[in-house]
Amino acid sequence: MRVLRPLLTLAGLLALWQTLVWATGVPRYILPAPLDVARRLLRDADLLAAHGLVTLGEILLGLLLGTLLGVAAAAGLAAFRPLRRWLEPVLVASQAIPVFALAPLLVLWLGYGMASKVAMAVLIIFFPVTAAFFEGLRRTDPAWLELARVMNARPLAVLRELRVPAALPALVGGLRVAAAVAPIGAVIGEWVGASRGLGFLMLHANARLQVDLVFAALFLLAVLALALYRAVDRITARIVYWQKETLTPTG
Amino acid sequence: MAERPPAVTLGVPRLVLGGRLLFENLRLHLEAGRWTCLLGPSGVGKTTLLRLLAGLVPGGLVVTDDGRPMDGRLALMAQQDLLLPWLTVRENVLLGFRLRGQRRRRGAALVARAEDLLARVGLAGRGDDLPAALSGGMRQRVALARTLMEDRPVVLMDEPFSALDAVTRHRLQDLAAALLRDRTVLLVTHSPREALRLAHRVLVLGGRPARLREVPVPAGEPPRDPASRELLEREAVLLRELVASVTRGEEVPCASSAPS
Repeated sequence: MRVLRPLLTLAGLLALWQTLVWATGVPRYILPAPLDVARRLLRDADLLAAHGLVTLGEILLGLLLGTLLGVAAAAGLAAFRPLRRWLEPVLVASQAIPVFALAPLLVLWLGYGMASKVAMAVLIIFFPVTAAFFEGLRRTDPAWLELARVMNARPLAVLRELRVPAALPALVGGLRVAAAVAPIGAVIGEWVGASRGLGFLMLHANARLQVDLVFAALFLLAVLALALYRAVDRITARIVYWQKETLTPTG
Repeated sequence: MAERPPAVTLGVPRLVLGGRLLFENLRLHLEAGRWTCLLGPSGVGKTTLLRLLAGLVPGGLVVTDDGRPMDGRLALMAQQDLLLPWLTVRENVLLGFRLRGQRRRRGAALVARAEDLLARVGLAGRGDDLPAALSGGMRQRVALARTLMEDRPVVLMDEPFSALDAVTRHRLQDLAAALLRDRTVLLVTHSPREALRLAHRVLVLGGRPARLREVPVPAGEPPRDPASRELLEREAVLLRELVASVTRGEEVPCASSAPS
């Protein structure tokens, strides 16, 4: 039932779209019907899969690097006071720069290949992960810290046993945001300059009025993003195994 | 417990908190191996005194009668159980050793002692559970086991039973009184009944700057019968005094205590 309901909603929307195209007679190169898109999806499955794999690789690599960098930066900020003083304001201010505006520069510097897209994803992911984890690290319950102090805890043990685990739920929140925005980074990178990937494919098809291919690529991208989000959700739920969900996800 | 519990004296020359003179020339004495209960209305500084004793806020001078420093000789039990939700019950009991990096040495012996303490607080077999699986009363019993695991001669308790229902509170009071017998204990509470049940000495904190006043306790060793006539009479008298002191304006609740 939990899966069925949203699927039924989706089917209803698709039926509406199909009816609209039939009723209005919109030319296929402006708005293709869902059936056209499905046909294209099947016919060009190989092409879409090849480009999809490229994009997926960029997203996963960006997610991995961005998470590692973000966690390291947050840990550094939490562990060293001078780093906080010198770096934190700059880090916050850097978010005023729209990352998308940097995409052409990244392509210029790193080339048309994978590197510029991964860099783009990393840039987008880095800040939410850093901010979330750092926020978690700095908000350890003071009562826990006092208990640790009375117990004559060692500073490193306080970090490892108290601050880090207490910050994990916040980090997990950041990771979910990262998983949701990582595909944006990769696709923007591909739009600006690429020879492979779903973003490139969409731009290319759009220029040739192959709108059904655009939709097919879009569909694949959405499926990839959803799968990624689910995977991250599953993995992170294991990291914070002690946290109970208090809202049922659907229904 | 390896060592004899010391008598502890806290001296506070002068303490201003939030622009308000809280204490001036205050002296709190805890007799060796006995329970001292600190009573008083909210906002009068009971918890601050406890924190001064624990060295968590500066401004107090702590002296023991055996001349050795307090550091490393006290354990703390708060109103919240402060269990770490990601550790099992057993790991929580052993938290002090984990935080001091003493887990590897004598590991098996420590676990055996933790299990023994869990059994004594009535939680045998629950060592592998996460705290979330326990009720509030059970969690506070784990906190008691953790406090006992530290095996320190001085124990400071800040309203550890006040969030519990009446029956659980009663049973936990008995348990704590039995397991912490012969230690130097300071119990901060807002409940006259709890103080009169558990204390060898009851001190009332009141006034501004706050002063300590000792009130007589019922005869007999704690934990005393809460239904005894003497205890009930003393509770009524004590309650009346506390109410009178508040209405006289000696203490003001936290919210309206802004400095003029």
